[in-house]
Amino acid sequence: MSLTNDYIKQRLTDKFGEAVSQVEETFGMLNFTVPKDLNLKVMQFLYDDEELQFRFLTDLTAVHYPDRKGEELAVVYHLYNFAQRVRLRMKVYTSVEDPRVFTATRLFESANWMERETYDFFGVNFVGHPNLKRILNVDEMDYFPMRKEFPLEDQSRIDKDDEMFGRGGHIGI
Amino acid sequence: MARPVQYNTKVKTVEIPEGYSGEGFFATSFDKAIGLARKNSIWPLPFATSCCGIEFMATMASTYDLARFGAERMAFTPRQCDLLMVMGTISKKMGPVLRQVYLQMAEPRWVIAVGACASSGGVFDTYSVLQGIDQIIPVDVYVPGCPPRPEAIIDGFMRIQDLIGQESLRRRHSEKYKELLNSYGIQ
Repeated sequence: MSLTNDYIKQRLTDKFGEAVSQVEETFGMLNFTVPKDLNLKVMQFLYDDEELQFRFLTDLTAVHYPDRKGEELAVVYHLYNFAQRVRLRMKVYTSVEDPRVFTATRLFESANWMERETYDFFGVNFVGHPNLKRILNVDEMDYFPMRKEFPLEDQSRIDKDDEMFGRGGHIGI
Repeated sequence: MARPVQYNTKVKTVEIPEGYSGEGFFATSFDKAIGLARKNSIWPLPFATSCCGIEFMATMASTYDLARFGAERMAFTPRQCDLLMVMGTISKKMGPVLRQVYLQMAEPRWVIAVGACASSGGVFDTYSVLQGIDQIIPVDVYVPGCPPRPEAIIDGFMRIQDLIGQESLRRRHSEKYKELLNSYGIQ
């Protein structure tokens, strides 16, 4: 018996109903969105179910959509079923003013560092995380560099001519 | 038949510094004698983080052979070294480490920034990269290039030698030098 995307979708809608939204398939991989309060419940269900068995958290990251009012930050979970070799992608949206999302560290140990990284770059506040502090950037950093409102370039630079770097000059795009 | 022993006849000696010589003695200033000794026996500390470090390996190897300039002895402890050679991108998180290494070196100490990244951040104009190591430690010589060829590194090294040979013994005690260090928040 192989685990198909249609079957996973069926099981999710049976269990959570309308809460599972934006279900789509990209490049053969199932995508869906759940409300942020339900993220742990859905993952627990996917983990525990004898047929689904999504017991590995491949990746956890975030995306910033500055134009989506009230749901600017998307936290993305990539889950994997080792036995059937099936992947899926689960998204949770939260507003940038109140970026609180429940931590997945109780369910997956690997979420620990990935949530720290997501906090470091996007400022997602994972409620219940045992050690939520910066992991890659300097501790003194006072902003979240991957949010779109912050330019990529180092703002402390004093000796770089923007024009020579193709920015701000007349060549610009 | 004589054995084919080859003697190294191309021994190069450094020039005698300016001074006063007579029968059985030679007098010169401490500055010159000590400068001569220092500049021809530099102990470099390679602080290599990326591709400039690979060029430095070529510089140390037999083709280019930095040892010809008296810098035979690489040491990997800052306490014994005279010359900090910073080669490669220094991220902001690496900054305090580099500064600590510099602080652990004993006076007199010199710093050479090899390559665009160490000198100015290079192409990495981004939030995580230090825009030139001269933001945290004083630098004596900058070597341009991305990465610089071994010849360029040797040229930079020879400029450091010139600086060392000409340096006054009083420089490290001068007010101006203390001011320089204070501007970096050292001491």
